[in-house]
Amino acid sequence: MASEPTTQIVETISPIFGRLTLDWIPYHEPILVGTFSAIVLGGIAVLALMTYFKLWAPLWNDWVTSVDHKKIGIMYMILGFIMMVRGFADALMMRAQQAMAAGGSEGYLPPHHYDQVFTAHGVIMIFFVAMPFVTGVMNYVMPLQIGARDVAFPFLNNFSFWMTVSGALLVNISLFIGEFARVGWLAFPPLSGANYSHGPGMDYYLWALQIAGVGTTLSGINLIATMLKMRAPGMKLMDMPIFSWTSLITNVLIVAAFPVLTATLALLTLDRYLDFRFFTNDFGGNAMMYVNLIWIWGHPEVYILIIPCFGIISEIVSTFSGKPIFGYRTMVMATACIMVLSFIVWLHHFFTMGSGADVNTFFGIATMIIAVPTGVKIFNWLFTMYKGRVRFEVPMLWTIGFLVTFTIGGMTGVLLAVPPVDFQLHNTLFLIAHFHNVIIGGVVFAIYAGVTYWWPKVFGFKLNDTWGKRSFWFWFVGFYFAFMPLYALGLMGVTRRMNMYPDAAWQPYFIVAAFGAVLIALGIASTFIGFYVSIRDRKALAVGSDPWDARTLEWATQSPPAPYNFPEDIEVVGREAFWHMKKTGFKWSGKYAPIHMPKGTATGVLISAVALVFGFAMVWYIWWLAILSFVGMLAIGIGHTFNYNRDYYIPSDVVTATEAKGATA
Amino acid sequence: MSAHSHSESHGHGTMGQLMIGFALAAILTIIPFFLVMVDTGLSRTALVGIIMGLGAVQIIVHLVYFLHLNSSSEEGWTLLASVFSVVILVIVLAGSLWVMHNMNENMMPMPDMDRHMEQMRSLQSQQG
Repeated sequence: MASEPTTQIVETISPIFGRLTLDWIPYHEPILVGTFSAIVLGGIAVLALMTYFKLWAPLWNDWVTSVDHKKIGIMYMILGFIMMVRGFADALMMRAQQAMAAGGSEGYLPPHHYDQVFTAHGVIMIFFVAMPFVTGVMNYVMPLQIGARDVAFPFLNNFSFWMTVSGALLVNISLFIGEFARVGWLAFPPLSGANYSHGPGMDYYLWALQIAGVGTTLSGINLIATMLKMRAPGMKLMDMPIFSWTSLITNVLIVAAFPVLTATLALLTLDRYLDFRFFTNDFGGNAMMYVNLIWIWGHPEVYILIIPCFGIISEIVSTFSGKPIFGYRTMVMATACIMVLSFIVWLHHFFTMGSGADVNTFFGIATMIIAVPTGVKIFNWLFTMYKGRVRFEVPMLWTIGFLVTFTIGGMTGVLLAVPPVDFQLHNTLFLIAHFHNVIIGGVVFAIYAGVTYWWPKVFGFKLNDTWGKRSFWFWFVGFYFAFMPLYALGLMGVTRRMNMYPDAAWQPYFIVAAFGAVLIALGIASTFIGFYVSIRDRKALAVGSDPWDARTLEWATQSPPAPYNFPEDIEVVGREAFWHMKKTGFKWSGKYAPIHMPKGTATGVLISAVALVFGFAMVWYIWWLAILSFVGMLAIGIGHTFNYNRDYYIPSDVVTATEAKGATA
Repeated sequence: MSAHSHSESHGHGTMGQLMIGFALAAILTIIPFFLVMVDTGLSRTALVGIIMGLGAVQIIVHLVYFLHLNSSSEEGWTLLASVFSVVILVIVLAGSLWVMHNMNENMMPMPDMDRHMEQMRSLQSQQG
């Protein structure tokens, strides 16, 4: 063994505050105190403004307690964008550190701090940026695409969202009370075990992910039930738009894979809290089993992120080429293939851990095979554009950026799938460059494309073109500046997660990468300026319900859609339902029945708030509070079952009035 | 959401089916007990194998007779979902066993980690 377990720090656990003492408040760290002060001052300003404009009641009634899938979808996107700023701040800090810390210089971040930064960056970007983004788009668009009024379980949807928020808050609380994990985003033991990660940081990690994981799993079940049970009359599964298909498959993957994460983290929690020995070095534990299990979740997870993005790209390519998607059936089949194949490639994340050639060969080949259905999709998009009248609006720019960048990232992935190559490149910056290439070039670009594409549907006005293009070009060029040098560094053997390095010859590459990160920062700034400018000029940018001449059912609603989505059931014919409606001159009947709707409830946000308290209490060993809050969650949940006041009707004259208003817009 | 009307024949099975299920489940439970309690002369491995096999059959009996898994309920979705779950479970379990076995085979021999660590520590303290 290379190192002894660190000697157990004897700490006193107070019956009231657990192990939380004033020493855990980092008031001696100027960066954190500055951030904290800024957040507090900003927070006070926001609270004051909200009180001044009397926004509290609308916020609570129309948003926080809303069970409307559209509102929840928007809130997921807001969560994603806020957390992206946080995660990106971590990225900038790392890039700045590595640009400085060459040839004996130590930079400005000590290892203790740097390790927390890269862990937080990974955890936040995957769980609290990418996941809310894809869940948000699915939540908003999918029910509209299949002609549904809402998701199958509207309350559960609200609850899922707030559990995700609780997880995100717990990660952010660790910034100012205590510390975060210093173990990398997947927290491999024995480093993440009790002997090597003693403080509360690792426990913040565990409880944040467990709480958010509840939300993700429930949301998966919810959306599957929606698609199987609530499609418009006449819409067969093979009539669903590609985005809905990819949502279905994504949610199947969520339901199949997330329990593995939950169980794995629960085992690690037992190791840490109750002295179990699942993943310890001694007493029969096996840390390799953790790596095996976490990647059984982890590989499907990356497909959970990218598959809905394939769906977004499919819709956009089809709309802006003015053609039906090429090879609908192969698109569905390819996605289904990926669904199954994504479960037999997990070992490619640890080729070097010590499996024999037979195991490595199997997983290497499986990984190369999974590139085939992905390639099918790329060709389908190209053939959809071929001989189409392609309109290069901003969503299409992001799509082209996606196609080029994601394909490059996919090819470096196939390179890494070759075990002997992986032995050279494992855990180098080549790997880092690869997965940023597919996650930024894939997920982020597609989400940006989707946000630009569906924004007019959501708010009734287009996003400002100029700022949209600026954002795209900064992101696109910035990405290549930030990550191409990392490929080169990886080939030179530079490993990931280093906070300093002796060889000054690497420094120019890191400086170029840091420059790229600055360009991306400008891209993010352009996004927010774009949002601001567009909201300011919303009168001028206002459009009708179908600004892109789209083909799928979500565009049949008003923009923004009324709370009930569709005023009456429509008989869906064929795949491109809305295109068919436009061709046949569809008109709403004008005589509407009262619409049955679910009522908002505060139960979801209350349980999640108590869950946050529970997580915090568990992190700090405040046992009385943990018990109290756990019982509290159950009590609120059981109490909710006695709430029979759950629905209401929108009277038919209100529906008629709403529809008349939409028609003139 | 409209309340579904629950008919006897659809979804919940008949009394006869439930009784068949109950009888099968009881038999499948008694056999393992019998095998363990009565000295059958079977080897331990064979015994474990038989009991595991009966357990697997028991799962299927429960699914079919109590949870009414068949190809027609919910447009076949319950069956499809079950098959998918079984496929994923088999992949995960068999895959993990294969992977972990393979790793253990390729590890340096470490018969007893605890004793090994103790020895390392005493060696280090002697050197220090």
